[in-house]
Amino acid sequence: MAMTATADHARADPHHIGVVIEHPGPAPKRIVTAYGFWIFLLSDIVMFSCFFAAYAVLSGQTAGGPKGAEIFEQRNVAIETVCLLLSSFTCGMASIAADVRNRFWFYLGMTVTCVLGLIFLAIEFREFADLVARGYGPSRSAFLTAFFSLVGCHGLHVSAGILWLLTMMAQVLAKGFRADILRRMMCFALFWHALDIIWVAVFSVVYLLGSAP
Amino acid sequence: MLGKLDWSAIPFDQPIPLVAGAVVLVAILGVLGWVVVKGHLPYLWHEWITSVDHKRIGVMYILLASVMLLRGGSDAIMMRIQQAVAYQSQGYLPPEHYNQIFSAHGTIMIFFVAMPFVIGLMNLVVPLQLGVRDVAFPTLNSVGFWLTATGALLVNVSLVVGEFARTGWLAFPPLSELSYSPGVGVDYYAWSLQISGVGTLVAGINLVTTVLKLRTKGMNYLRMPMFCWTTLASNLLIVAAFPILTATLAMLLLDRYLGFHFFTNEAGGNVMMFMNLIWAWGHPEVYILVLPAFGIFSEVVSTFSGKALFGYRSMVLATMAICVISFMVWLHHFFTMGAGPDVNAIFGIASMIIAIPTGVKIYNWLFTMYGGRIRFATPMLWSVGFMVTFIIGGLTGVLVAVPPADFMLHNSMFLVAHFHNVIIGGVLFGAFAGFEYWFPKAFGFRLDERWGKAAFWFTFTGFYVTFMPLYIAGMLGMTRRMQHYDVAAWRPWMIIAAFGMAVLTIGVICQIMQLVVSIRNREALRDRTGDPWDGRTLEWATSSPPPVFNFAFNPDVRGEDAYWDMKVHARQQAFAHEEPEYQDIEMPRNSPTGFVCAFFATIMGFALIWHIWWMVILGGLGAFATFVVFAWRDHDEYVIPAAEVARIDRVNLEERRSLVSMAGAV
Repeated sequence: MAMTATADHARADPHHIGVVIEHPGPAPKRIVTAYGFWIFLLSDIVMFSCFFAAYAVLSGQTAGGPKGAEIFEQRNVAIETVCLLLSSFTCGMASIAADVRNRFWFYLGMTVTCVLGLIFLAIEFREFADLVARGYGPSRSAFLTAFFSLVGCHGLHVSAGILWLLTMMAQVLAKGFRADILRRMMCFALFWHALDIIWVAVFSVVYLLGSAP
Repeated sequence: MLGKLDWSAIPFDQPIPLVAGAVVLVAILGVLGWVVVKGHLPYLWHEWITSVDHKRIGVMYILLASVMLLRGGSDAIMMRIQQAVAYQSQGYLPPEHYNQIFSAHGTIMIFFVAMPFVIGLMNLVVPLQLGVRDVAFPTLNSVGFWLTATGALLVNVSLVVGEFARTGWLAFPPLSELSYSPGVGVDYYAWSLQISGVGTLVAGINLVTTVLKLRTKGMNYLRMPMFCWTTLASNLLIVAAFPILTATLAMLLLDRYLGFHFFTNEAGGNVMMFMNLIWAWGHPEVYILVLPAFGIFSEVVSTFSGKALFGYRSMVLATMAICVISFMVWLHHFFTMGAGPDVNAIFGIASMIIAIPTGVKIYNWLFTMYGGRIRFATPMLWSVGFMVTFIIGGLTGVLVAVPPADFMLHNSMFLVAHFHNVIIGGVLFGAFAGFEYWFPKAFGFRLDERWGKAAFWFTFTGFYVTFMPLYIAGMLGMTRRMQHYDVAAWRPWMIIAAFGMAVLTIGVICQIMQLVVSIRNREALRDRTGDPWDGRTLEWATSSPPPVFNFAFNPDVRGEDAYWDMKVHARQQAFAHEEPEYQDIEMPRNSPTGFVCAFFATIMGFALIWHIWWMVILGGLGAFATFVVFAWRDHDEYVIPAAEVARIDRVNLEERRSLVSMAGAV
């Protein structure tokens, strides 16, 4: 008898909350993959937030070295930003092309994305090399340490993204728009857009706030 | 050519690590030789190393944790002996060796025992409890496991090649900076944790996605078994906290390798930033470990009391409350480091508040037992032992959460006693309870109860005899991590603690004996029904061990305690089941990706530690190539034909029907 009581208790709505909507079962693969990748992106953003926090703590610690306003070149940063934002657009075009299985627009979108990403990286690399050449490398002061790490971490992500982008193009070339490759493409697009969002934060926190005298 | 590596890295003048290393090496070679000679290598490779089956990976995680438990335990024995003899003398361990031992002990016990043990149990059980065929990303799961194993391997390599960190398990700067720790010890520490940290993050992402997106039909959130809830909470914490560890260690490594100034004393570096960052990970980490244990106790207490869990919803709420609040208490690890009274007060109060949901849980377990028909099988013993022990540990925790009291007790043996009290009494007891409880599910036979009970009582008693004296020593002013001391009043307590360690060791030996005896008597202990404990949740609805596809059909869930519900219904309906129409099942193919990837990660980690740059590049390229090869494969699934599914499932159903009808007759 006790058993039946427990079973009744276990029935759908033991606490009389109201209508219970039945869970439909496992989600389709596409949803699962994208969802998992979202979770990864969140964790990546947590990692970036640590570097942002470190930058916020250390940005005043110039140890006699240069301040942000003395080394940031707004023109370069503006070009970098335009490149990345545009590349997000072209990446979106490539995603749409992949969804409608249009090879030409897919390759075009990805190629432009890749070129824009490379331009971004080149400008960043030149900025870094220039600073190091002037003796303002990351070992100069805690501020420069935090600056190089935060911006460099984003740059490393963009580099990894380009490696992924090229692999993606090669995959489509070799395998076509297969379901698993489309899922990967979706993840890549999420990744690329997330890097854009992080860049917006880098742009605001590092370059805009830092350029103030 | 070989960076900083040369013959001086091998400690020829220190017999202890050398002999220990030699013994381990001989043991490994012996096992490998046996495997090869007996022709088990193909089996090992196809069925285990390349397996992407969540159950197999779970078992491998637990195996790794058990082996590392012996290693970390040996460190503990050495430390207890040292402190028992090092009164007004140097003892038998030189200071730099002693420092390595306590650093390695903490690192290993947290990262390579507690973490893999709970992740292993979650891997093994959660998909079964959710009524699904696998985790969300099976191959990634394998990658995660093997990267964890890589980290463990690197820590153990440091025993004979070079040295381990002498900085304590969290490597606080400036001590861990290059100027004060020029050796490779801290590098071993940091790279091991970086690599295994990636593995943990992968496991976390995988399990969060599994719980949120892969549940069987009708498995609403508020019908999930409590262990799934705590798994969700724990893995959300992994996803949110482990990136902080990765970032923090990356900063430390940048300081050490490239002369950055995150945590240095020079050029504006900020040591306190390390404290804040590492504990912003470190405190949630405590809950990452203990929440799954809470889940295990919930399952065990409910099953062995023959009742549904008392206050299920309050338990869910308490779990999620702990999940959130655990991110708001980190500063209590350094009350004494000058944050000021206001900040200390806020974090002190937050730390006390987190005890409330934990208290809710304790009461829920007690009320679950109240009025139940309790069976004191081994898992239940661990659970009851946990409740008693954890309350003591929790209360001393609330005590040190009071900043003025913490100023007295900070970094004392009292603290050491406190965190061992909660980690052993909470996490380890939970891991053992889960091990005893789910072992029949994983292997198809129960564990010997007599040895299990002996193991419990020796471990339980040994724990108290070892750690209660440490509370007293702490009250008497003894600080932690002392290689030797001159205070006579501490001595007796250290001797009692060493004696307790001997009792604990007997407990571990009983645990091993239990395994040996049970394997030998496995036919007598065979679990033919798949439901040896009269369980309530879905993992007991399939055979033991479960078929590779777990369930022939994804079960349809109608309430909490889904399997209990099914059993009751089956009895009432007198088995009017038609044979279901079986269908083909698609399962993910095995893949060596995880193993190969970890192989390259090991090479890369080792090369980074010793500054062998060409090898770093080689390892990196290898890992990338592995992923590309994996991404290039065309068939990632294979089909189990319906006839095969039917054949496997019929056996299971038959056994189960006979069980239920027998119970119904009684």
